[in-house]
Amino acid sequence: MRSPNPEPEALPSLATGFAALLRRDLLLAWRRRGEAANPLWFFAMITALVPLAVGPEPALLARLAPGMVWILALLGTMLAADSLFREDYVDGALEQLVLSPQPLWVLVLARVTAHWLVTGVPITLASPLLAGWLALPAGGVPMLVAGLALGTLTFCLFAAVGGALTVALGAGNVLRPLLVLPLYVPVLIFGTAAVARALEGGDGSAPLALLGAITAVTLAIAPVAAAAALRVGIDG
Amino acid sequence: MAERRWQWFHRLASPPGFYRVSGRWLPWLAGTSLALLAVGVVWGLLYAPPDARQGNSYRIIFLHVPASFLALAGYYVMAAAGAIHLIWRVKLADVVMSAAAPLGAALTFLALFSGSLWGKPTWGTYWVWDARITSMLVLLFLYLGVVTLRQAYASRETAGRACAVLALVGTVNIPIIYKSVDWWYSLHQPATIRLTAAPSMHPDMFQPLVVMILAFYLFYAWVLVLNVRAEILVRERRAGWVRDLAGEGESE
Repeated sequence: MRSPNPEPEALPSLATGFAALLRRDLLLAWRRRGEAANPLWFFAMITALVPLAVGPEPALLARLAPGMVWILALLGTMLAADSLFREDYVDGALEQLVLSPQPLWVLVLARVTAHWLVTGVPITLASPLLAGWLALPAGGVPMLVAGLALGTLTFCLFAAVGGALTVALGAGNVLRPLLVLPLYVPVLIFGTAAVARALEGGDGSAPLALLGAITAVTLAIAPVAAAAALRVGIDG
Repeated sequence: MAERRWQWFHRLASPPGFYRVSGRWLPWLAGTSLALLAVGVVWGLLYAPPDARQGNSYRIIFLHVPASFLALAGYYVMAAAGAIHLIWRVKLADVVMSAAAPLGAALTFLALFSGSLWGKPTWGTYWVWDARITSMLVLLFLYLGVVTLRQAYASRETAGRACAVLALVGTVNIPIIYKSVDWWYSLHQPATIRLTAAPSMHPDMFQPLVVMILAFYLFYAWVLVLNVRAEILVRERRAGWVRDLAGEGESE
């Protein structure tokens, strides 16, 4: 029989909560490996369409390659971001997350980290190969990979804000990209500029550092904003 | 004592209180903004001297520059109202925000449209990927996001808070977007004449421009108050005071 005044149980720490959600999300992704590979497929297939659309001349492709790879990486992470919160919202798991003792932004950060590991990191790792398809000179590849590693994380963070804002809407998957795409502008500018500078034989580390600064700021604000938006969606 | 000090605020922040008080502002806002608009338009379009290089086509700045100012200022009005609504749950702030979003989008569009009309005789094309134009375009997208998000929600309360979060995220990002677009433009600067930066504008042109900017601010305030009042009536249409108001209107 329970005593009327039970001793307060020790709450799991922030790190425990973060790790538990990260583990759960990665496990779920692993069990649905086929689905997790979809963004990468999308990325590869659209890249293959570029030469078909603009012609196969290597000089032209090399000129387009940095921007194209960045835009396709953006679309690839965007495509996958619909699953960030929606399934949990539909089956009620999201309400449990909101009710859990950890601050919601920590859990949002865990969710975004898992999402980035499943979509952003594979896209980043595949980017040298696909940039090679588009005849990007090897000199631009290190900056492309470094920039995409930071940039896809920023994309995932903003996508979490958009996903949280539209989680309660049926038509959200159309609206969500429209809300967050304007926020992607600086990332795209600095990311492509880092590659362009490296290709010109210069040093791309200045735009890359600015991109890193944007990632840091986004890392600080996006989880809080997404958590606030999730509470609005759950209450409403 | 402290309670009495805040009474005026509570009265102003309640929808019926604001409706009553703002009714007294309307003639002043309407009068001053229309008078300044008339002065600024006549002065700017008829009496200001033509520009040495652009002739008379430069006169569109008397519309374009004030619209651009308010397009940006309007975003901050919207975001500040959203923050007040989100933090203190002031209902009136949400009404202000819902009125400021389409108004700001319209002003941004006006700034883009007038800039594009000016670009045709000056640059020979309606659209150039110039830093300011691009930033304004991104601002328009940000506004449209807020407008669309509000329409997507069935519940007004949820819509207001969701839009407030989006507007605040946008506020943090607007300076970053502006700086990054400036930086991007400095990399790809094409060979066009840059007339947007006018460091030493002649006072004869500058003074009517200041009048027009003031007029636009007042006009914005006027239209915002009108929209807020209309939205208050819609939201409170079942409240007693609105019915009384409508009843009085019928009997007169």
